[in-house]
Amino acid sequence: MTTLDSSKEIQKNNSEVNETHEDFRMFGLITFLIADGMTFAGFFAAYLTYKAVNPLPDGAIYELELPIPTLNTILLLVSSATFHKAGKALLKDKNSDSQKWLFFTAFLGIIFLICQLFEYFHLPFGLTDNLFASTFYALTGFHGLHVTLGTLMILIIAWQSRINGGRLTSQNMFPLEAVELYWHFVDGIWVVLFIILYLL
Amino acid sequence: MTISIDPQKTNNESLQPKGWLRYFSFSLDHKVIGIQYLVCGFLFYLIGGTLASAIRIELASPMSDFMPRDVYNQVLTLHGTIMIFLWIVPVVNGAFGNYLIPFYVGARDMAFPRLNAVAFWLIPPSGLMLVASYFVEGAAQAGWTAYPPLSITTPQSGQIIWILSVLLLGGSSIFGGINFIATIIKLRRPGLKLMQLPMYCWAMLGTSLLVVLSTPVLAGTLILLSFDIIANTGFFNPVLGGNVVVYQHLFWFYSHPAVYIMVLPAFGLVSEILPVHARKPLFGYTTMVFSIMGIVVLGLVVWAHHMFTSGTPPWMRLFFTIATAFIAVPTGIKFFNWVATLWGGKISINSAMLFSCGFIINFVFGGITGVALAQVPFDIHVHDTYFVVAHFHYIVYGGTVFIIFSSIYHWFPKVTGKMLNEKLGILHFIITFIGFNLCFAPQHWLGLNGMPRRVAEYDPQFQFVNQISSLGALLMAISTIPFLINVFLSVRNGKNAGDNPWNALTPEWLTSSPPPVENWEGEAPLVEEPYGFGKEISEQK
Repeated sequence: MTTLDSSKEIQKNNSEVNETHEDFRMFGLITFLIADGMTFAGFFAAYLTYKAVNPLPDGAIYELELPIPTLNTILLLVSSATFHKAGKALLKDKNSDSQKWLFFTAFLGIIFLICQLFEYFHLPFGLTDNLFASTFYALTGFHGLHVTLGTLMILIIAWQSRINGGRLTSQNMFPLEAVELYWHFVDGIWVVLFIILYLL
Repeated sequence: MTISIDPQKTNNESLQPKGWLRYFSFSLDHKVIGIQYLVCGFLFYLIGGTLASAIRIELASPMSDFMPRDVYNQVLTLHGTIMIFLWIVPVVNGAFGNYLIPFYVGARDMAFPRLNAVAFWLIPPSGLMLVASYFVEGAAQAGWTAYPPLSITTPQSGQIIWILSVLLLGGSSIFGGINFIATIIKLRRPGLKLMQLPMYCWAMLGTSLLVVLSTPVLAGTLILLSFDIIANTGFFNPVLGGNVVVYQHLFWFYSHPAVYIMVLPAFGLVSEILPVHARKPLFGYTTMVFSIMGIVVLGLVVWAHHMFTSGTPPWMRLFFTIATAFIAVPTGIKFFNWVATLWGGKISINSAMLFSCGFIINFVFGGITGVALAQVPFDIHVHDTYFVVAHFHYIVYGGTVFIIFSSIYHWFPKVTGKMLNEKLGILHFIITFIGFNLCFAPQHWLGLNGMPRRVAEYDPQFQFVNQISSLGALLMAISTIPFLINVFLSVRNGKNAGDNPWNALTPEWLTSSPPPVENWEGEAPLVEEPYGFGKEISEQK
């Protein structure tokens, strides 16, 4: 896969393939993640403004329990570390180790999502009960969507890293590095979300 | 890590259609995509312009006799949304950016050609969706701002389609922004320094930063708004304990920078056009760069000046008034630089130059009313009146659209290899300039006297001035005719332009007209002084 399509030029000149350029797919991904982060920043700003100016109406229930989200925080932090392990293993050409770590990371992501759903079903309020309930579901739901996408991407690259015919090798680290950066980003957002929604 | 180009993998030449058909294909060529943006945007401009004419016909008489009130609201909503999201933003960013930026940085294409094509191909379907939303039961009628509770309480199906369409267009804008940032920062030809780039690159870098930082906030806001409409949540619904002012803050956090997203590229384009037709170097290159970046930073922290009547606390009014007044400084620097560029130059009075000068005149006027509107006491008096309508049309039409036309006259020879007819071009300029000022200058008076915007009916005492305004709108509609005739005639039998009809020095003129697929036959030229007019040619090389 190239990002510079100069085959026609090269064929015209009948010359050797000699044009190269730096790989800036990572740069593009970082720019995208900044944009994605701004979406969350908008949500956080809305939530904090509501907290500052909109009082909870009488009789409305908005209470959060800490155990499950704390467990979730630990799960995601550990998954960041295991992802890092997968990258290290791939760099040393230990593809099967890398694949194991990737599957473990995806497993942690799935556990996170199950815990999140468990929390949803046991909360004493629903989506439309009050303003804070709505904001809670919107924020955690939007983050959960990110985790779901991340988990799917991890499963895809884990499948790609199989030894025979796999596309993910120490020479082609980009898919792993890209998903890893995204996964760290999603973890970072979760930490901010945990502090703002649960601890503040 | 570097990427090498493997002809085996990228050889899709045989799959790409040839001739005019390639403009209807998923082409990866930045020049094709640029033209796709321009033509698509222009078609939507014609639709938006038709709607504007309908509005002015309605306002020629005080009663709502041309169309019912709710249809009037739907028409103005669609007019605003189409003109902003489907004409100005895609054309001034996408069209000229895609065509010119790879030339200016000395590249063969954008950094991410596939993403580029995806960004364009999001636009036609979402544009059609937006137009189609008018025909469903209960079309969107809350204005292009879609303020709740209005947007929540009016009929909903049209509003939801409107939201989906704007979300897609926002996504297209973000993809484009990412591509421009990567192209300008990472894909520069070796040896080309940042401070040697043509000014349009800086303008697009600043614009793309604003796009990447602010558009996602609009997306998030519209998602919350759609929850309010579909799922009956109460984010922005006071009845359910929500807060409408939060919507306004989030909306304007995007939509004020959107003003700069629409006008900064125009600043860049005019900085390319003026030096060429005045045969002088661009005055104050460095100050120009810093004022663009100053506008980017300040542009992100002035949004609440749209909300002085929304119960904003005094400290907020003070802060946003001062911050807005500060924006006049970098903008003023740019205007002095353009006038100084013209000063003592060997000016050719052609269509491109005339439209650029028209831009300077109109934008100064719009800029002055902008500074006036930033003052709280004045703003409270004229908020939501025709004064505001006049102000922003002076910015977006008198400013940006004039520059779009100027740029078309300037770059048409490069794109097609044919010259546009100058006589028709000057006729186009004269009708547009007179029509535009006739249409919008009287609206300042209407606003100061208290005529509210977005209402189909008005006090009969305003009728005469409104009719003058409608006459101006008629002239603006007519002005499109010589332009279209000019384009169609020139494409078929225009004078051959040659490679560099203006004797310009920026890189896109150093290749053939129209340029080959990969921009240059050989290696990309290194242009260290894009504005080195009046210097020895040998110094250029």
